[in-house]
Amino acid sequence: MSPVEPPVTSPTDLAAAYAALADPVSAAGRARPIAGGTDLMVALTGELGAPPATVVDLWRLDSLRGITLDGDVLVLGALTTYTDIRRSTTCGEHLPALVQAAMTIGAAQIQNRGTLGGNIANASPAGDTLPVLLAADASFILGSVRGEREVPAEAFWTGYRQTALAPDELVLRIRIPLRSGREMRFRKVGTRRAQSISKVVLGLAWRDHGEMPDTTGPPGAWRDVRLALGSVAATPIRARATEAVLEGRFPTPETADLAATTLADELHPIDDVRSTAEYRRLVAARIVHRLIREAGGW
Amino acid sequence: MTTYHLTVNGAPAEVDVPGMRRLLDVLREDLALTGTKEGCGEGECGACTVLLDGAPVDACLVPVCQADRGDIRTVEGLAAPASSPGAPAALDPLQAAFLVTGGAQCGICTPGMLMAGRAYLDAGGGPDHDAIREAIAGNLCRCTGYTKIVEAIALVAGAHP
Ligand SMILES: Cc1cc2nc3c(=O)[nH]c(=O)nc-3n(C[C@H](O)[C@H](O)[C@H](O)COP(=O)(O)OP(=O)(O)OC[C@H]3O[C@@H](n4cnc5c(N)ncnc54)[C@H](O)[C@@H]3O)c2cc1C
Ligand code: FES
Ligand code: FES
Repeated sequence: MSPVEPPVTSPTDLAAAYAALADPVSAAGRARPIAGGTDLMVALTGELGAPPATVVDLWRLDSLRGITLDGDVLVLGALTTYTDIRRSTTCGEHLPALVQAAMTIGAAQIQNRGTLGGNIANASPAGDTLPVLLAADASFILGSVRGEREVPAEAFWTGYRQTALAPDELVLRIRIPLRSGREMRFRKVGTRRAQSISKVVLGLAWRDHGEMPDTTGPPGAWRDVRLALGSVAATPIRARATEAVLEGRFPTPETADLAATTLADELHPIDDVRSTAEYRRLVAARIVHRLIREAGGW
Repeated sequence: MTTYHLTVNGAPAEVDVPGMRRLLDVLREDLALTGTKEGCGEGECGACTVLLDGAPVDACLVPVCQADRGDIRTVEGLAAPASSPGAPAALDPLQAAFLVTGGAQCGICTPGMLMAGRAYLDAGGGPDHDAIREAIAGNLCRCTGYTKIVEAIALVAGAHP
């Protein structure tokens, strides 16, 4: 089982990377980018389908690294690794849920190589950062020979392992608007703590009315509720019916019960090797119930 | 074929290979350093763990083009070379600790465990068993039950196992 060794180029600037990716499709197929390689290198075994015919190595594109604040937007380069996220005080301060997600991915060896852009582009429904990005209203800056464009996370995963990316397009940066009074929670359920693919993964975000300078109303009521889940559908999804139930409510026992039953009705996961549909639905509902209880302090 | 310049266990090494060749194969096949093991070939087991610029990585998931100009440490680089021909090599304290606690049985996971443990110690990791378990969470062992490996790393980190 010797892995294939397709030709590779290692451009050091974006223009060269774009050009390599835009090269007309050869008989063997179009070039695929490699970032940390933690998904792509496994594809070289050929066990998961046809391996890429040629590869464009992104690792030397230093302009795609770094975690910065652009006003009230947190900006992460696509090549940001999970280790970078874990070490970033900026992320820790402004988006701790993303740090928590990064901590659950693989183990040290995977976190040292695996990138946020790779998680996004790989488009697995079990990608652990994806519910956080959805719940945080993230958007992605994509780039190609045709220039740059911005696509909201909501519109990015278009089907099972399908994305809005054109074949020659790269994820360049991830932009996450920071909102006053926003709380966010992350939970992942797998078979063990490290190195496991999620059975259910979710991100829940809300804003406490009392801490929003731009509104009036009783403190403690939830606004701008986002509930995003992975491993329960063909793509990461938002649970809109449950969000609607939570919007404007207080985190009371009644709210928790209502949200849990709404979510259990709303989800239509599948049985697969990792879990059953029934388990996923029950666990997701129970996690949300518990998060509301914790927030309500009862 | 492209020429890649690596530093392996402190010595420069030049290889002329396809850029997508796995660092694991470059080490084992091209440089004849067979201490680094292949277990799964897909990032699950950690048997192929080496240090790339000080950080533990699975050598089965790193194409050599990404290791160009990199500083690589493998299990062969842990022990100091023997002072004179025939004399025993001076083991790294972590290797010695594995012998003390019985941290190796069949040995297939041992090179990767040693490298993951070495990275943890080099980063200033302490004897806390939970922290050690997190540091070796990407390394599977089917023999020891992990306890003796954790104790070996803790021993070097300065605590009583
Ligand atoms: C042992 C193991 C454990 C894992 N555990 C987890 C886990 O717990 N949770 C989880 O979510 N994932 C996990 N993964 C999957 C993987 O580590 C992540 O999806 C990671 O984020 C992929 O990033 P990468 O940089 O390694 O991607 P690569 O493998 O380099 O690329 C992945 C895909 O994205 C494309 N791509 C990469 N970067 C870009 C870009 N900037 N623009 C356009 N396309 C791009 C590539 O062409 C490829 O199709 C695991 C993988 C392994 C091997
Ligand atoms: S052989 Fe590389 S992780 Fe198993
Ligand atoms: S000693 Fe046999 S796998 Fe660890």
